[in-house]
Amino acid sequence: MSTMDSTLEKESKTREVVVDPDWCAGCGDFGVLRSLKKATTDKELKPHQMLLISGIGCSSNLVGFIYAYGVHSLHGRALPVATGAKLANHNLKVVITGGDGDGYGIGIGHFIHAMRRNLDLTYIVMDNEIYGLTTGQASPTTAEGHKTKTTPRGNVEMPINPLALAISTGATFVARGFAGQPAQLTSLIEQGIAHKGFALIDVFSPCVTYNKINTYSWFKERVYKLEDEEPDADITDFSYAMTKAMEFGSRIPIGLMYKIEKPTYEDTEPVLLNGPLVDQPLGIKKELFDELLTATT
Amino acid sequence: MEIQEKNAVRTPKRTNEITVGFGGAAGDGIDKSGNTLAKVINRLGLYAISYNSYQSLIRGGYTMLKLRISERKEACFGDHFNVLLAMNQDSIERHAPEVEPNGIVIFNSNKISCDQSLLQENVRAVALPFNEVTAGMGNLLPIMQNTMALGALLYVANIELETLNNVLADIFKHKGEKVIEQNIKVAEAGYNYAKQNFNSAKIDISWKFTRIAKPFYSGNTALALGAVAGGLKLYAAYPMSPASNILHWLVQHSEKCGVLVKQAEDEIAVVNIAIGAGYAGVRSMCATSGGGFALMTEAVGEAAMLETPVVIVNVMRGGPSTGLPTKTEQGDLNQAMGASQGDFPRVIMAAKSTTDCFHIAGEALNIAEQFQLPVIILSDLLLGENYETIEPGSWSHDVEIKRGELIREVPESMEKKDGFKRYLFTSSGVSPRPVIGSEGMVYVAATDDHDEDGVLISDVFTNTAVRRKINEKRMLKMDGVLKELEPPALEGPADAEVTLIGWGSTWGVIREAVEQLREGGVAVNQLHFKYLLPFHTKEALEILNKCKTTIVVELNSTGQFARHLRAETGFSCTETILKYDGEPFEPRMITNRTKSILSKEPLDLRVTEKEARDIAYHYIRVHLKDKLRPVQVVQNSKNGYSEPVWVLDLVDRTSGDLKGQLTVGVETGSTHKWDEFS
Repeated sequence: MSTMDSTLEKESKTREVVVDPDWCAGCGDFGVLRSLKKATTDKELKPHQMLLISGIGCSSNLVGFIYAYGVHSLHGRALPVATGAKLANHNLKVVITGGDGDGYGIGIGHFIHAMRRNLDLTYIVMDNEIYGLTTGQASPTTAEGHKTKTTPRGNVEMPINPLALAISTGATFVARGFAGQPAQLTSLIEQGIAHKGFALIDVFSPCVTYNKINTYSWFKERVYKLEDEEPDADITDFSYAMTKAMEFGSRIPIGLMYKIEKPTYEDTEPVLLNGPLVDQPLGIKKELFDELLTATT
Repeated sequence: MEIQEKNAVRTPKRTNEITVGFGGAAGDGIDKSGNTLAKVINRLGLYAISYNSYQSLIRGGYTMLKLRISERKEACFGDHFNVLLAMNQDSIERHAPEVEPNGIVIFNSNKISCDQSLLQENVRAVALPFNEVTAGMGNLLPIMQNTMALGALLYVANIELETLNNVLADIFKHKGEKVIEQNIKVAEAGYNYAKQNFNSAKIDISWKFTRIAKPFYSGNTALALGAVAGGLKLYAAYPMSPASNILHWLVQHSEKCGVLVKQAEDEIAVVNIAIGAGYAGVRSMCATSGGGFALMTEAVGEAAMLETPVVIVNVMRGGPSTGLPTKTEQGDLNQAMGASQGDFPRVIMAAKSTTDCFHIAGEALNIAEQFQLPVIILSDLLLGENYETIEPGSWSHDVEIKRGELIREVPESMEKKDGFKRYLFTSSGVSPRPVIGSEGMVYVAATDDHDEDGVLISDVFTNTAVRRKINEKRMLKMDGVLKELEPPALEGPADAEVTLIGWGSTWGVIREAVEQLREGGVAVNQLHFKYLLPFHTKEALEILNKCKTTIVVELNSTGQFARHLRAETGFSCTETILKYDGEPFEPRMITNRTKSILSKEPLDLRVTEKEARDIAYHYIRVHLKDKLRPVQVVQNSKNGYSEPVWVLDLVDRTSGDLKGQLTVGVETGSTHKWDEFS
């Protein structure tokens, strides 16, 4: 076996690739990448059975740093690309990664509609409450009053609450993680991928360069783990989930807050009863073709 | 515009044919009546071709559906008009004057009337009183006046009633025997009433019925069927006229045909869903019109960069912006050419006929997959929404499917390499493309520019040499595409005095104009382009350099194709014939303008008398509650408006009393003044 082959083998086993992440030292996204690798390595899931799709932004670069099929698509468009790929081959495990600007700003329309559809997708949003790659402008999750490059007098727009939005819009698995809590994050990603339906995992992933407010220590002082403090809570309960989603102040819950079972879009699409589209025959049989022609006469 | 009016010539009919028109309000069931008649025609072995001029209103707007019925396959809906079935007063006023000598206007005299002064010489207006004709049949729905009129029409057009009865039996099968019986009775009553009362108005025509039933398709449904035969597996769309019935047809046949259809939240989602599916390895397509295509713009370059096949159909309507949602235009060529930033390979092709809409779908799906790039199909409302009889045998279920370099296993040549080179530099520019989920070919497709492996070169790894080679690799594919496409060819004698040049949907109407010109003694040929990018520069120039007078005919206001032709060949055509009023060309418009170009007459853009009437109708609708109609029109050059004006007498629709005069500018078309008489 040549050195090249063994490199490949190593990559496929560890999900390491030759390209190193281009994030700033200390970026929360490193934690998310580590957790994602951990959650998907040495599982039944082989690298070629997994498809990662991202948009544009610092966190969207993640797809290039892990060994799996991937599409680094357009800003805000990861979810539709993922939708198309999943519908084409629903045997693939499709994970979407991106940031708050990508998903909750330019891509929010797709975010809402993807959740309504409840496709079996896992969406990990690295939420740093700022536009990082474009050097520090306010994002859809920037807190009110937060001074950024584009809000010098403090942000006056109400931030989006992605969790409440997800719970009320059709996502069937809603969780929040924190890059500073890697063990929990890994578990959330594992559960999200295992969940059959649309899973949103919003992850606090601090931007060490452009967000000097929502730092690791800011989050550490506030977050508490739901599984520790409220182990007996009913996470299928809509009201409970909404209450937890709205809790954002001196204490912020992290963990899985909502999970229900519902048929996925793929389950209800009759064309997919015959297996993945990608394996189905192409073209049309003569009998059906003739029938379609004569039907018009 | 002058081209519609001046020197209007009607060529003698070369074959047995008549054109009938159904005029009425949207919601009057005009399209259903047209479809019923078309079925009769198709079953008898005749050919039908329709043109539906309608408005973007579900109810209350005005609709005019023309059906050209012929013993042969016609290339366009023509410019004859023999029988008008008028369902409302508006259709009488607007269209009765267009009926040709020896033609007939049929109207329900219980509801409307026909002023003899509207008619050309030897045109008969015949009253068909619904209440009397159907007396004793019980309570009938008002819409059944259409069935009665169809019966009467068949009599005057010398077409047997029996086939209509069979068609009605099929159409109303789901509603039960009683409804079928009632419809047949009403049709018979209309037929018999005409037989007793309209004998002298009967059209002198006798048909040869071959009784070989033929399919009846629109460009949109043909394109959908062609795509299915061509291996389409996923179709995504957002509703938009005039592309929506591709979506409707595919939804209806989705399960049987094994095509997954996804309606999405907007066109940005639509095109990205199609690209996601194409990336994963299934044939995907999406369709829209210009406004939706504008939203898809960024993704056109995305598909090219990811080297992912996708077919995007733009069924063009009048632009810009919301423009004319229910009117046709060839105005989006520039948009297709310029969609998305940067240089990248894209293919643009334009369907030249309804029949061709079937073929172009399969071709586009093949080219997209063979060369891993976006293919844009340009169709338009005229092709897309209008139905016509398809010559049996024109289409086959057995469409050749070429998947190019799509693979499921690692090619031997790549096995011992350092990872999978998705964007391997090759002499064709085309690289092996795995079905996603295949083992051993894991890679990332990125919209950032990248190297052979897919690793980004955009930021920290930027490398000018790699950037140059990957750019050239992508563009190289255009050479391969060009070789796959049939070059343009001259139709008609090589030494003609004039060459009519067109692209896309105007092929048929230009063809008929060519016939008219030839009959009028003009030596003319036709050069038509279906493939617009990449362009057959060499082949086109070889032909063009031998042509004498060259005229580009297209349905837009700036001559987008004439400009494209100049850009690709350096060849400037002698003249253009352009139309941008929302309605398609009729052959005589092209014939007449060609003649005036040959006799060096300049283009006259002054408002014609007919256009002055149209402007008046618009004014009457908006400001005068539809209560008046224009009668007399005179031109007056001495007035206070610094331009000659048309002065139109407007009378009360019911009483005929003169109510006032409307002044319309001959140059500007402005409605200068409404002078209401007290």
